[in-house]
Amino acid sequence: MPKDHGIGASPKRREDVRFLTGAGNYTDDINVHGQAYVHFLRSDMAHGKINSIDTSAAEGMPGVVRIFTGKDFEGVGGLPCGWQVTDKNGDPMKEPPHPVLAQGKVRHVGDPIAAVVADSLEQARTAAEAIVLDIEELPAVVDMAKALQPGATKVHDDLADNLCYDWQFGTDTETTDAAFMNAAHVTTLELVNNRLVANPMEPRVAVGDYSRARDEHTLYTTSQNPHVIRLLMGAFVLGIPEHKLRVVAPDVGGGFGTKIFHYAEEAFCTFAAKACNRPVKWTSTRSEAFMSDAHGRDHVTKIELALDKDNNFLAVRTDTLANMGAYLSTFSSSVPTWLHGTLMAGNYKTPAVQVNVKAVFTNTVPVDAYRGAGRPEATFQLERVIDKAARELGVDPIALRRQNFITQFPYATPVAVEYDTGDYEATMAKMEELMDIKGFAARRAESEKNGKLRGLGVNCFIEACGIAPSNLVGQLGARAGLYDAATVRVNATGSISVLVGAHSHGQGHETVFPQVVAEMLGIDESMVDIVHGDTSKIPFGMGTYGSRSLAVCGSAMVRATEKIINKAKKIAGHLLEASDADIELKDGKFTVAGTDKSVAWGDVTLAAYVPHNYPLEDIEPGLEETAFYDPANFTYPAGAYACEVEVDPDTGKVTIEKFVSADDFGNVVNPMIVEGQVHGGIAQGIGQALLENCAYDENGQLLSASYMDYAMPRADDIPHMANYVVDHSCQTPCTHNPLGVKGCGEAGAIGSPPTVVNAVIDALHSGGHTHVSHIDMPVSPSRVWAAINGQ
Amino acid sequence: MTKVTMTVNGKTVSGEVKGNTLLTEFLREDLRLTGTHVGCDTSQCGACVVHVNGEAVKSCTMFAAEADGAEVTTIEGMANADGSLNVIQQAFQDYHGLQCGFCTPGMVMSAAALLKENPKPTEAEVRDHLEGNICRCTGYHNIVRAIMAASGQDVPAVAAE
Amino acid sequence: MYSFDIQRPTTVADAVAALATDEALPLGGGQTLIPTLKQRLSAPSVLVSLSGIAEMKGVCTGDDGALCIGGGTTHATVAREAASSYPALASLAGHIGDPAVRNRGTIGGSVANNDPSACYPAAVLASGATVVTNTRSIAADDYFQGMFATALNEGEIITEVRFPVPEKAAYMKFEQPASRFALVGVFVAKYAEGVRVAVTGASEDGVFRWTEAEAALSSNFSADAVPAAPSGDGMISDLHGSGAYRAHLVAVMTKRAVAAAG
Repeated sequence: MPKDHGIGASPKRREDVRFLTGAGNYTDDINVHGQAYVHFLRSDMAHGKINSIDTSAAEGMPGVVRIFTGKDFEGVGGLPCGWQVTDKNGDPMKEPPHPVLAQGKVRHVGDPIAAVVADSLEQARTAAEAIVLDIEELPAVVDMAKALQPGATKVHDDLADNLCYDWQFGTDTETTDAAFMNAAHVTTLELVNNRLVANPMEPRVAVGDYSRARDEHTLYTTSQNPHVIRLLMGAFVLGIPEHKLRVVAPDVGGGFGTKIFHYAEEAFCTFAAKACNRPVKWTSTRSEAFMSDAHGRDHVTKIELALDKDNNFLAVRTDTLANMGAYLSTFSSSVPTWLHGTLMAGNYKTPAVQVNVKAVFTNTVPVDAYRGAGRPEATFQLERVIDKAARELGVDPIALRRQNFITQFPYATPVAVEYDTGDYEATMAKMEELMDIKGFAARRAESEKNGKLRGLGVNCFIEACGIAPSNLVGQLGARAGLYDAATVRVNATGSISVLVGAHSHGQGHETVFPQVVAEMLGIDESMVDIVHGDTSKIPFGMGTYGSRSLAVCGSAMVRATEKIINKAKKIAGHLLEASDADIELKDGKFTVAGTDKSVAWGDVTLAAYVPHNYPLEDIEPGLEETAFYDPANFTYPAGAYACEVEVDPDTGKVTIEKFVSADDFGNVVNPMIVEGQVHGGIAQGIGQALLENCAYDENGQLLSASYMDYAMPRADDIPHMANYVVDHSCQTPCTHNPLGVKGCGEAGAIGSPPTVVNAVIDALHSGGHTHVSHIDMPVSPSRVWAAINGQ
Repeated sequence: MTKVTMTVNGKTVSGEVKGNTLLTEFLREDLRLTGTHVGCDTSQCGACVVHVNGEAVKSCTMFAAEADGAEVTTIEGMANADGSLNVIQQAFQDYHGLQCGFCTPGMVMSAAALLKENPKPTEAEVRDHLEGNICRCTGYHNIVRAIMAASGQDVPAVAAE
Repeated sequence: MYSFDIQRPTTVADAVAALATDEALPLGGGQTLIPTLKQRLSAPSVLVSLSGIAEMKGVCTGDDGALCIGGGTTHATVAREAASSYPALASLAGHIGDPAVRNRGTIGGSVANNDPSACYPAAVLASGATVVTNTRSIAADDYFQGMFATALNEGEIITEVRFPVPEKAAYMKFEQPASRFALVGVFVAKYAEGVRVAVTGASEDGVFRWTEAEAALSSNFSADAVPAAPSGDGMISDLHGSGAYRAHLVAVMTKRAVAAAG
């Protein structure tokens, strides 16, 4: 019988009622009295030298409040990068300035040149058209390999070249080379991990407000982490101390990574609200989002896998070019390195793993974390090369993976991380069962009768989540701690507000977090509410990303609740005239062990706030506790995925006919929400594999600049429910956090892309197209047709 | 400026609009019915779907002036008279058919239009009908289940077929 | 958007009069025009909305047996009301855009815009339809004049499109994955006097008749009779497919359309 409340139950989401009735409060729903609107004049060229910006005609136009250019921000800091990666030669990465508004040059299509603040948005747009720009177009660097060639045009004139860093990690070269020398077989694969746009359905919005009376700034923004924005913008860009800066992220319509980062528009609205002495609002259009939201992925990789004569993996070596775009976005530098290189061992006991990454500046939108961030790139190349090796060796791809699984835990990989626990055999077996692998041959025969090619793809994945141990990431270059915080505020009548640093923008924290607290205290979930998203209300928080909310912030909440219980037991002991060591808390009641003497939860909380009969000499009144939790290790969710595709050989169109995921997320607090996260991740993974492609032409013009050309997955791209199972029944609890949870937000997006591509290649081989060893994502109809026809 | 009068969620409302005022702007800014959302500018995402004279339309791709005299229903007008969630809204909650909630109003309005026209749609018909509604969170699976359930169909039985 | 006024005439005559204003533009369903206005790619002084003109709406059968569709008729209405008289056309209309777009978008708007990837132009051309305006009747073969170019004069309004109903017909669309417009769409219509095949989405010159296929199918209406793919020269080549791929799809979709037409 499934539980109906507490940990392991799936209560209906309490946030749903407001969203289903149109009562949500998203940033664009916020209008501050007297607000003006800003329109950003953005570069339409990828690279150019700004000779002059003449705003004189525009300034006199109707409704214009003020026009800003880069000059207005000369005394202001640039947008900072939060992670310093060290080059293999020991030097710090190149960190060029990232101004709020362009200074000297424009470096990508969409780079903001000027900002017009006016009474209405239409007036601002009209005035922006009257700004006279003299910008000398320069050659654009778009292709990473070309950007690294000697003599290439430089994105940043003050740097020696377009190389941000050259990073090497893992097993030393001598050992790695020796492993390849001794290999019985080496499989090599060159591939592209396609550039994506995160596309949360809510475009970004910022509203800046300033109180002259109190010298206080407020920024309403679409952020996954309001405290991080307060820290970065306050300390590094605008020089506003924390106590004078409030950042509010109300209901946020999805993030997927792209709302982690601190953006120019946030700093602008905050700055301009004071400069104009008026609230200033910016609402991104979707077209603007394509050229101003940080993009994701965009790696070009060569991976080699060495095997011995018995097909044991000996070594993996990768060479990757990672696109940074024109500037370093907030966490951009960490994605291809610490979030990617550390996962290159995958689920396998490969003794030697060496990762090489060159990060490259190009005249494109900055690239940063997008759902999975580095881990999808690692998984894709590893699981594709394993599949290719199995095909070359004529062995079963499942058996080849199984043979090389890590089976003993904890396991220290050659790439610096220690997997605390896992059971890869269990998820593989679960996947095989749910997929009905045995029935595949019959399904293939049925497809062939209809003129379609059917393929089966499988793969495994592992990710490092619950980001992250602060001392470790500090050594690796992070410029912030990655703990989280929670305050459990028990009110006099026993109701509870939990103030959490994690931000909920679809994850359902308002439902899940109370499940944990209520279970720990034995009270009804309806007595617990979550408060998040406002730096003036919550103590601190590093936010929501990296599948960290429950593993890190949830752990802080558990620790704070434990403190509450300890103090409440002391109060109960006093009320019951017993030692607090003898007090038991069960079902919301404090009982003296072995007796029927008890006091209810509400009696204890009331005593804490009305301390007439209270041990004031020993403990303070009130019942509120805060905990900061810093994880001891990453968590390591892992799983096995499989899908079956049909390829129409006449058109090249791929359809996904069947999909199974078998994940190990450790303990699961709310199965309904976990499954929803996996569904969403898989849809994004299917999108990457089959549909989505953020493409530039050689001049740096964005070709996929709207939904007319950027293909988003839709309902009919996803397999029907009879052929789609997401399973999380294999559970090896995390060993180092109090809930034993690992995180589930990114798994689907990490595990699914190689599954789909492996299946397509399998389908093509079944149709005799054995010359096709790889097709780059998105595996679009035209690419499949071209591959079949050798074009 | 043109004066427009329309019935929105059963109430007669009037306002002065410019020629280029979109219906979605009139609803969100003039009437402060902010449940209708704007997620794109190319008429594809469907976050802005409302009903005009009983038909689903993209309110970001229709001028307010064109709705003069029309009956308009938005997400704010969908709940039961007692304020409780209607069948479709309730099914979305029961089946976890929403996460961030941003596309949800448009999804519910599109689902309502479908079920009015086709009270027992097949799964394929539901998926086809959602062509103009993009969701980035749910992967659609639970939205489809919710709509099937709202039509009175036994979702586990459909999934077992 | 730039500022403009909106007028909502209720008769064709009033609409024509309103369109005589400088920089006036007709507004059909607006499903293409409004996004264009949002990008400030057009700056009309007046938009003349055609959606309030009752005489331009509806589906009926003319004395000559042709299916007559008012220029202001929405795709959804055509999908419903032409289903029994011209199922291939109704099916085409029922798969344009998405349901909400179909409730606003009109046949007149689509045919007047002549987007190279739109569906309706293929049906109009393959059916040898007649485009009726406030001033004249234009044969389909004379009407389409390249991408976004038509025989319409400024201020001229499509009041009706008349489709001779074929013995057999089908439309097959291979969708561009993002916009879901036709990457290639082929409309095949078999009449007593011969077969007409019109292709949308593929050519840099907009909708065109594939005359080789028409000749082959006129003598043998079977999928096997469809000739080899036309040349990729002059076909659209973009992010979603090369000219050669589109040319290949022209043949594939033609075969499928013939098979579907039965």
